[in-house]
Formats: sequence, C-alpha cells, structure tokens
Amino acid sequence: MTDVIWLVVLFPLIGFLALLFFGKRIGEPRAGYLGSATVIVAFVLALIAAFDFIGGEGEAHTVVLFEWMPSLGLDVAFLWDPLSAAMTLVVTGVGALIHVYSIGYMHGDPRFGRFFTYLNLFIVSMLLLVLGDNFGVLFVGWELVGLSSYLLISFWFTKPSAAAAGKKAFVVNRVGDVGFLVALMLIFSSFGSLAYGEVFEHAPEVLSGGMATAVTLLLLIGAAGKSAQLPLYVWLPDAMEGPTPVSALIHAATMVTAGVYLVARSGALFELAPTSAAIVATVGALTALFAATIAVGQKDIKRVLAYSTISQLGYMFMAVGAAAYVAGVFHLVTHAFFKALLFLGAGSVIHAMADEQDMRKMGGLRSKMPITFATMAIAWLAISGIPPLAGFWSKDEILAVVFNRGGAWIALWVIGLITAGLTAFYMTRLMYMTFFGAPRWADGVEPHESPALMTMPLVALGVASAFAGFINTPWRLGFEHFLEPTFERFEVHLAHPPDGITPWILAIVSVLVALAGIAIGRRRYGGAMPAETGLWWDRVENGYYVDDVYGTTLVLPGKRASQVMAFAFDAKIIDGIVNGTGTAVRAFSKALRPLQTGLVRSYGVGILAGAVGLLIWFLSRGGV
Amino acid sequence: MDFPVIALLVLLPSGIAVVIAALPQRTRSLWFPLAIALSALPLAVAGYIMWEFDAVDGGFQFTQDISWFGPWDIAWNVGIDGISLFLVVLTTILFPISLAASMNITEKVKLYIVSLLILETGLLGVFVSLDLLLFFVFFEIVLVPMYFLIGLWGSKNRVYAAVKFFLYTAFGSALLLSGIIGLAVMARDQLGGFSFDFNTLLTLEISSSAQLWFFLAFAIAFAIKVPLFPLHTWLPDAHTEAPTAGSVLLAGVLLKLGTYGLLRFNLTLFPDASVRLAPWLATLAVIGIIYGAAVAIVQPDVKRLVAYSSVSHLGFIVLGIFAMTTQGLQGGVIQMINHGLTTGALFLLVGMIYERRHTRLISDYGGLAKVMPIYAGFFLFTAFASIGLPGLNGFIGEFKVLLGAYLRFPVLAIIAALGVVLAAVYLLWAYERMFTGPVTNEANAGLRDLNGREIAVLVPMAVLIVFLGIYPKPALDRIEPAVDRILDRIEAVTDYEVPEYGSTADIAGGGE
Repeated sequence: MTDVIWLVVLFPLIGFLALLFFGKRIGEPRAGYLGSATVIVAFVLALIAAFDFIGGEGEAHTVVLFEWMPSLGLDVAFLWDPLSAAMTLVVTGVGALIHVYSIGYMHGDPRFGRFFTYLNLFIVSMLLLVLGDNFGVLFVGWELVGLSSYLLISFWFTKPSAAAAGKKAFVVNRVGDVGFLVALMLIFSSFGSLAYGEVFEHAPEVLSGGMATAVTLLLLIGAAGKSAQLPLYVWLPDAMEGPTPVSALIHAATMVTAGVYLVARSGALFELAPTSAAIVATVGALTALFAATIAVGQKDIKRVLAYSTISQLGYMFMAVGAAAYVAGVFHLVTHAFFKALLFLGAGSVIHAMADEQDMRKMGGLRSKMPITFATMAIAWLAISGIPPLAGFWSKDEILAVVFNRGGAWIALWVIGLITAGLTAFYMTRLMYMTFFGAPRWADGVEPHESPALMTMPLVALGVASAFAGFINTPWRLGFEHFLEPTFERFEVHLAHPPDGITPWILAIVSVLVALAGIAIGRRRYGGAMPAETGLWWDRVENGYYVDDVYGTTLVLPGKRASQVMAFAFDAKIIDGIVNGTGTAVRAFSKALRPLQTGLVRSYGVGILAGAVGLLIWFLSRGGV
Repeated sequence: MDFPVIALLVLLPSGIAVVIAALPQRTRSLWFPLAIALSALPLAVAGYIMWEFDAVDGGFQFTQDISWFGPWDIAWNVGIDGISLFLVVLTTILFPISLAASMNITEKVKLYIVSLLILETGLLGVFVSLDLLLFFVFFEIVLVPMYFLIGLWGSKNRVYAAVKFFLYTAFGSALLLSGIIGLAVMARDQLGGFSFDFNTLLTLEISSSAQLWFFLAFAIAFAIKVPLFPLHTWLPDAHTEAPTAGSVLLAGVLLKLGTYGLLRFNLTLFPDASVRLAPWLATLAVIGIIYGAAVAIVQPDVKRLVAYSSVSHLGFIVLGIFAMTTQGLQGGVIQMINHGLTTGALFLLVGMIYERRHTRLISDYGGLAKVMPIYAGFFLFTAFASIGLPGLNGFIGEFKVLLGAYLRFPVLAIIAALGVVLAAVYLLWAYERMFTGPVTNEANAGLRDLNGREIAVLVPMAVLIVFLGIYPKPALDRIEPAVDRILDRIEAVTDYEVPEYGSTADIAGGGE
C-alpha cells in the first residue's frame, strides 16, 4: 500500500481536473458528490496505509515519481512516515467531511462546480505539502495552498472586500515565503540538496551553529506567514470573507497548521538551534495571548473563531518551539476537529440567520438548532480544556511540557495559562450570545436547523472532538508511540511532561482556570447583553488597529516610493536624460541641417561612417 | 549533418514572405490563414531539430560553415547548442501565435505579414549565427521590421516610440559593430588574417584591459536590448505602442537577443572581464528586479505594467548569467523561455481586451470576471505563472537563478528574492482592479468572452506553461551541458572557480 501512496494524491487530482474542465456540465449537486468521493477514497487509502505505523511499527518509505530538476537533485517524491500519515489523515478526513457539508452549504450558488474545483485543488496542494519528501515539493504545496486559499477567499469576487482579502492573504503569505525561499537557498548552498534525508542526516556536521540559527529563523518567517503568527497574522481575520466551509477547512483545520508541520518536520534543524526554537515558542506564546485578547471583543462570530485559531496556532508553535513535537501535532489534530466543528457550526448558524454574522443579532438559537447547538457545545468545552474532551489532553500536554522546561519557560507557561482562561471566556461569550438568552433576530429571520448533509459532518466532528484526546493520554501514549519514529530517525530529542504527580497538579490548575473563564463568561452574558462600547472595546474589536499601523507605516510609504520611482525618477530623470540627449543631438544636427536628410536614415549613415572610421582607426593603429 | 537544416529553418520564413507578397490582391482574405498555416513549417523544422538534438552534447550541432568572403573570413557559419535550441523553438512557436493574434489588422495587411516573417528570419538567424558579422547582420535585420511594426501599426504615440526604440538600439549596435571589428582586427594581428568566426575568436589572447573595453562595447549593446536598468526606458514606450503581436514578440524573443548575447559572447569571449565586472552587472540586474517591479505597481496602464514587469523578470535572467554558476546559467536560460511564454501570453491577453474596449487603463475596467469568466481564468492563470507559482514554469527559472546566485552573491540573491513579493503585489492588485468587484462601467457590461480563435491562441501557451513547470527535465537536461561548457571555458582561462555547494556553509557561522 505504501508503494502506491501517490494514489492518495491522484484521486483528488482527478477530481480537480474533471471539475476544472467539466464542472459546469457535471453541475449541482453531482460536482459536490464527485469532489467528496475523491477525497473520501483518498482518506480510506491513507487510513489503510497508516496501519503500518500503529504501535511504532513500520519504516519510513520514500516513493519517487519522477525527476523534477535533475541538477538540483530534486525529485517529485513522497515520504510516507508517521508524521506525514497523521497529517494526511487530518487533511483528507476533515477535508472529506467539509466537502460533504459544502454540498449543503453551497446549495444554489451559481458557481457550485467551481467551488468544488478549488476545494479539490486545495486538497491536492495540501497533500503535496505534507507528503513531499524534500523541501522543494513541500514548497510547491506551500505555494499552491496559498493559491487555493486566494481563490477560495475571493470566491465571491464581486464583493470588493472578498477580492481584497484574497489578495491580502496571498501577498502577506508571500512576505513569509521570502524567508522560506532564502532558507532554501541557505540549505541548498550548504548541503547541495533539498531532500529531507540528506539534509537532516548531515545537518549536525554541515551546519555551524550560526548557520543553523539563520536557516531555522528564516523557516520561522515562512511558518509565521502561513500559520498566521505575529507579526504576519493580519491576513487571517480578513480571510473570513471566504465561504464558511473554506474557513473551516483551510483557515482553521489544515492549511494554517502548515507552519507547525514545517517546524516539526525540520526538528532536526531546530535541534541544532536552541535560540531559534526558543524564539518559535515565544512567538507562539505571544501570539496566543495577543489573539485571544482580540477574540474577546469581536462581534462577528467568524472573526471570534479566526482570532481563536490564531491563538490556538500559537499554542502549537509554543509546543514545537519547546521540542514537544508530539504535543504540538497532537494539538494540531484535536484542534482540527473542534475548530472545524466550530466553524461549520457557525456556518450552520449563519445559514439559518439568512447570512447574518453579527452575534448581537442572534441569541436564543438553542432550541431552534438543537444539533448545531449540541455539537458546538462539545467543541466549546473541548477548546476550553474541559476533561475528558479532546482539547484538554492536547493543550495540557503542551502546558505541562513547557512547564517542565523550567527557567524562563515558566513565563511561557503562565502566558499559556492566561490564554486558556481567556479562551474559555471568549468561547463562552460566543456560545451565550448565539444560543442563549432572548432572540435578537432581525425582522423576517426564521432560524431552522440545517439539512442532514450539513448536520452529519457536525455530528462526526462532535464525536471526534469528544474522544480524539484518548489517542494520547498520560497512561496510554498511543499517538506518541505512533509519531516517535519520525523523530527518532534523525535523533531528534522530544521534550516530555514532568513525571509523577506534577502533571496532574498542572492539569487541575488549568481546568480551574478554564472553569473560571466559563463562569465569568456565563455571569456576564447569561442575562441581558452588555453594551460593550467605548474606547477599550473599540480598540479590541479593531484588533488594536494593527492593520492601520501596517497601512501607514508600510503600505502607504511603499506605494509613495513606487510613485516617486515611476513618475518622478523613471519618467523625468532617466527618460529625461534620454530625451535630453535626443534634443541635444537634434539641436546639434539643426546646425548641420544641410547634411540631414531624415532622422532614421541619417542615423544609419552615422553608424556606417562611425564604423568605417573605427575600422580605419584600428587599421592605422595596427591592432589593440 | 549533411542536410543544411539550419539554413532551411532561417530562410523558410523569408520564403513564405515571398510567397505571400506574390499573392494577388483578390486573395486578400486568404493571406492571414495561409501565413499562419505556412508558419507552422519553421515550427516543424525546429521540432525536427529538437528531436534530432543530442542531449548530452554541450557543443554546437547541425553546424554548417560556408565561406562568403574568404579574405576576411566572413562565413555562413551556423550551429545550435542547448542554449540556442530552446530560443529557436520558442521563436517558431510564437510566430504562428502572433500571426493568429493579428487577424484584426486591416491596413497594409501584406506588408504586416511580410514584416513579421522577415522578423522571424532575423531572430532565428541571430540565435544560430556562429560568425560575428553574420550575427550582427541578423541583429540589425531584426530592427527594421520591428521599427515598422511599431511605427505603422502601433497606437497613438507610435512614432515617438518607434524612433526611440530605433535610436536606442542603433546606438548599441554602433558599439557592438565597433567591438566586432576590433576583434576581427585583433585576429589579423594575432593569427595573420581577419576573422569573424566565433570559434576562431575564442582562441585570441586578449589582454585584461582590452577585454574590459570589448566587454563594455558588447555589454552596453546587449544591455539596451535586455533592457538592463538604467537603459530600459525605450521598453515601456515600445511595448505600449506596439500592436499586440509586436509586444508579444518584443517580450517573447527580442529582449532575449540581449541576454543571449551576454551569455554567448560576453562570457566566452571576454571571460576575464566577465569575472571582474560580474558584480556590477549582477547589481544592476537586482536593481532592475526590484525597481521594475516597484514601478510596475503604480502604472495606470496595464500594458505598461506588463512592460515594467519584463524589466523585473529580465533582471532575474541577467542575475543568473552573471552568477556564473551552473544553476544560475541554467536558470537564466530556462527563464528566457519562461518569460517568453508568460509575458507573451500576458500581452496577448491585454491585446484581446484592448480590441474590445480600446483602452489600456486599468481604471476603465472592473468586474470583468463576471462578464468574461474564461478570459479572467486565462488572465489569472498567466498572472500566477508570471508571479512564479511553483508548478508553473516561472518558478523553475527564478528558483534556479536564486539558488545559483546565492552561491556567488548571497546578499544580492536575498534582495532579489524580495522581488517575488512585489510580483504578487502588482499582478494581483491589477487583477483585483480589473476583474473583481461589481461591473461599474456600463461599457464593460456587454463584453463578449473569448472566442474560439482567441482560446486556440492561448491554449498552446498555457499547455507549455504547465508542462515546463511540472516536467522541465527535458529542457534542463539539454541546457546543462551547454552552460557547463561555458563555465568550463571560463575556469580554464581565468582563475575563477565556480563556487561549490557546501563552500558557503560558513557564511553565517563566520559571524558567530
């Protein structure tokens, strides 16, 4: 099965090509069935292939498809190891559910077929990213998910804000990509190869400490762009302009975790650069806290979840920065479930509310949408870290490992803990504003539960959000044993939680913090809606105006500089010199008017005369 | 090679021109279809050459050397290696496409077709010439039809643009010719007779200081063609005013005369000067990359925007050439092809919308994706190829150039990498303004989408863009021996050593 792992990519690719060329003819809803079927097949194939690794068995397996750039030694090759298997399962599993959900959600959209074309393109790209056996194929996937993200964010392109958001996402990601590209230059110039095996195996001999730090920090820049970390997170809240299934799949469950995957995959390099690793963790912790505070003040249900995603990705960065790769990927998996669920639930709500996203106009939906409410409630408690739901296990493992590193890491643990409290609080706020209290619906809105195509994926994700944590509990580290070989292969050391009773104490502390967050939220939002206006709320709601700051400090000066270059320097100075020379020549030749017969022809004569003159000069000098 | 296949290739377009010219006026409606059909012949010959080409041989193949003027050793001396091979193929591909894209031309149709075909002979001649005087003759032949294309069938400011184009390049030609004559004279002094033969001239021993002057004479001529910053200002005018086919061929092939010349002649004839001056040229190239992109961002005219993007992209090619590493050179050559395809396609697309609306101003458009979805799809696809999206062709060249340039000029390579952000900014912003949002201008509401002919023109370009992005190996395999041969020569006659991978591993470490 592992030899044909490329089939996992092939099926969604076939779906993409079929939909690209015949999407209109295939039509609604068959385009949706086709797209979904290919991803489901991919999931099943991946699942069968992943059985090899259960219990830490099985060897990492490379499948070379063809040579891509031979003189770089760069092949289109796939790597099937526990890490890529885990990622593939998340991508195809959550991807399949979201495909199915989209059949209901996109019902009636005139570009229904095109939507599934892009969705399948995304799956293919993401699979290239996680399955590639070298940084080259990874980078291809990396850029192509950026493309799919661009296409899907601006799917409703007649809305200017959607079009602008798509462009912003791509451009901000490209800023991160420069870091990635330069990292690739450094890696290639050092190793003469971009293949994982080659690079990771020889990294300890080849890379000096400084070089390792440089490469890893550059990789971090790329990762921060894709995973929406400080200071490159600004594109993700705007990305909510895309249809909600897109937000769930790309901007919550899968694509945005690519940065976490990149760091985990490059563990062998970060191992050589402890400073970079610490910076990764710090960026993660600060992002987690920063985004959580902004989430508190959002009124748009999707924007709460967007900032929440940024914050949760911060946790994952904290984990991989602390060398807790398993914990980081574990949280990636559980987060994929509960955050996809939250987004799909939000989509269900938005659908029911006739495209209303402002939570101030919701309320009291609990009885109208029981399935949506019940499943979202699971996700709410899961992300808040309430045992025994999925988020509890993964988040607490991260916090415990960070705590166990001691020293300055304790500060990161404190930040993580505060963020956990804030998370519980803003999620409680979201749930109460949406589902509890008196209805504040606009006139004519009659909420209803969504169709089965949409609620079935909710239920499936609800089950996963409830039980996924059990794949890695302190008494049964199944996921850890599963992933370990990936890191053992290149002797990457994994950080672990403390032994003995400490983790339990830590867990009790964080559960208490979460409960406190929920309690405060309930108290504040359980009754009538608080006003939430004023300077402070304004600042928070607008994300501390970071976009405006970027606008005035980067975008505007950049545009000005371009204008000066284009309309002053290029048009006036450079071309001015050119035209000035022309004028001077013309003035000169005016004096010689009798000799001049026509501009072009005279020039030809001039060339000839000059050439003959030169020839004579050379001949007379007898060589140079 | 017994059969003079290159002679056939070069002369075929002119032969077709004669046939078309001889047709009577009443067959007018057949001129374009016939020209398009016949222009498939050079393409077929180029295809045959590619088929027969020996991939592992880095030298010249299909060579033919017939003396023209014995006393001065001027000869019909031609050949094709891995560098010229793909430029020849690209040229023969772009001509049928350009002709097919020109069927809206109604004035002086015959002259137009004949001009294009003579242009093809000139361009093919440049790429196959191994005699410097022959090269120069073809180099100049190219100027004339292009001058007429811009001057006769161009838009409003065509005369200004045509004269500017002509004077700029003629100035370079004067330098080039004096350089060539200087070399021939030097051959007489050293070898006892004039020679313009490329291989003979390679055996000359040219002092360092003389190399410097020769290098500059050649390099300025070629840098104008590229165009290299700050010699680029003819390009936006020429591109903007030229008819669509003129722009396609300018961007697709004509600009490559410059980069081809730098690679073929400057690097090999004046290796010492090349090594010494490489940092300067690489610096200008990187300035061009950033500058061209920055200036492109704010252009109100979409055709000028694409023109400035060429300045940026050609900067990558020049950077690759003067990085003087296998990857850099290989990337530079493949980038010549890639840029020809993507920018050629962009100009075709701009031409198609211009035909409908007779405006090039971005602000006159908006919401086109709703009205013309197929057109929008092609435009966005091509834009992403130009942005350098992996999986499409543009990435291969840029990536190789950057990796190759890093070995020799790490700082310049890093600055050049910033160009990838700017490319996304100018193209996606232009796309946003032209294609997204609601249709605000009534004049755009009724535009018809692409017709079959237009799609047929674009599809071959799109197929090649995808193919070279996913499977560039056949091209790269043939380019590599040829560029390695150039590097071997430079290493043999100078003390330059091509940087090896791993040798720069301590750049960052040194600071610790």
